[in-house]
Amino acid sequence: MAKHHVHTTINGDPIELLCDTGETLLDVLRNQLNMTGTKEGCSTGDCGACSVTVDGRLVCSCLMLGVEANGKKIGTIEGLASGDALHPLQQKFLEHAALQCGVCTPGVLVASKALLEKNPDPTETEVRYWLAGNLCRCTGYDKIVRAVMDAAKEMRSA
Amino acid sequence: MRYEAPETIEKACQLLAAEAGHARVLAGGTDLLVQIKTDVLDPSVVIDIKKIAATRTITSDAAGFKIGAAVTGAELKEHDALKAAWPGLVEAANLIGSTQVQGRATLGGNLCNGSPAADSVPALIAAGAKAQIVGPEGRRELAVEDVMIGVRKLALTKGEIIVSFTVPARPKHGGDAYLRFIPRTEMDIAVVGCGVALELDASGTCTAARLSLGAVAERPLLVAEAGRALVGTKVDAAAIEAAAAAASAACRPIDDKRGTKVFRIQVAGVLARRTIQLALDRANGKTGATH
Ligand SMILES: Cc1cc2nc3c(=O)[nH]c(=O)nc-3n(C[C@H](O)[C@H](O)[C@H](O)COP(=O)(O)OP(=O)(O)OC[C@H]3O[C@@H](n4cnc5c(N)ncnc54)[C@H](O)[C@@H]3O)c2cc1C
Ligand code: FES
Ligand code: FES
Repeated sequence: MAKHHVHTTINGDPIELLCDTGETLLDVLRNQLNMTGTKEGCSTGDCGACSVTVDGRLVCSCLMLGVEANGKKIGTIEGLASGDALHPLQQKFLEHAALQCGVCTPGVLVASKALLEKNPDPTETEVRYWLAGNLCRCTGYDKIVRAVMDAAKEMRSA
Repeated sequence: MRYEAPETIEKACQLLAAEAGHARVLAGGTDLLVQIKTDVLDPSVVIDIKKIAATRTITSDAAGFKIGAAVTGAELKEHDALKAAWPGLVEAANLIGSTQVQGRATLGGNLCNGSPAADSVPALIAAGAKAQIVGPEGRRELAVEDVMIGVRKLALTKGEIIVSFTVPARPKHGGDAYLRFIPRTEMDIAVVGCGVALELDASGTCTAARLSLGAVAERPLLVAEAGRALVGTKVDAAAIEAAAAAASAACRPIDDKRGTKVFRIQVAGVLARRTIQLALDRANGKTGATH
């Protein structure tokens, strides 16, 4: 079976690639494109470390085939900062010490960005429910939630 | 494993029916890809149905709504008219997994995965939803309660695909709700799930009621006795108690790590009571939130 020829857009850049049917979007990002910011925690949809957006919709890249990215716009953690300028969420995560080992962090940031695009002024409860699929073994979540709320506040006044 | 993404339902059925090996429909993939990765399934071809327009759209007319089988939970939540008409159904679909899972998970996949604990199924059954099915022999329609016949067993034959679901327009004094019991607040599988839809006349007497339970038998159940206990009453405490007793009596659950038989039977009654109350409040024009 020939490989699938996939035309996709990642963080605004048009990308062409070849993949096997069995490769997930996560496999393609990490192993083919060396975009290793997107993490693999469980590979079964439970942890959210692999979060990306597809046409603006937050999904687990471990639960989507690479070939399904054909014609879609993918957003990954590598698209958050502009050059050396961190995204406000990234800045607030540093200020609030909202990460320890950092494995969950790219997924949490991508998910939080998707939330704030939909809802710039979320309540703490809304943040917690939205991020329920992003597991963190280190921080206890509190600093994550505070950093997201603070970033939302800053982004609203920007 | 091959991948096909046909643009018509006929082509998809043909591919499914003609496959000598093991062909599998791919909707959101949140069950299927997990099963492939964990070696539960090893299909020779996956047939992505998301390029077929009829599976991806929600339409409505005076009779009600037609919901594409591959519409995601996140999309259902953004459909204001459907949410206003069938809030219980939309909430049930949005109890499935995390935000990320809801971005992909579909009603068709939730039903066709064949889990007795599938959250959207009791809500669909309560709403009186029908599944539109296309196969090599043509089209047919089944009530949702007749689609799943056992754990991972469906009434679909080789080559058949669910294209869409229809639910009626919301009755004038109608309301629906779905509640489940899980040991935590998010991201868990139902120990018991309960869907209720009911209809009142102008005087507040119940004219129609459907109650469905998930995770208490080998498939989601329509508990006709519970509905009958409500019809003709004002849905007062005694009627709700009778319906809850009927719900408990209909259970034939298993013991597992999530709950014992005795616990599930008791929780089914408690959830039935709460779900009927929420559906009743909605039928009376009060908006009840579930969390
Ligand atoms: C982390 C996580 C949490 C979850 N939590 C829940 C939960 O709380 N509650 C719950 O109910 N489920 C849960 N699930 C299971 C799953 O997300 C749902 O069952 C979902 O609705 C499946 O839909 P899908 O579109 O992803 O299905 P897919 O994986 O694409 O398909 C599922 C099955 O149905 C078949 N199929 C799909 N569509 C059709 C169709 N139209 N016609 C015929 N056959 C079809 C496929 O061949 C496959 O066998 C969870 C899954 C994950 C990964
Ligand atoms: S790696 Fe995708 S959810 Fe864990
Ligand atoms: S910082 Fe280690 S898992 Fe979240």
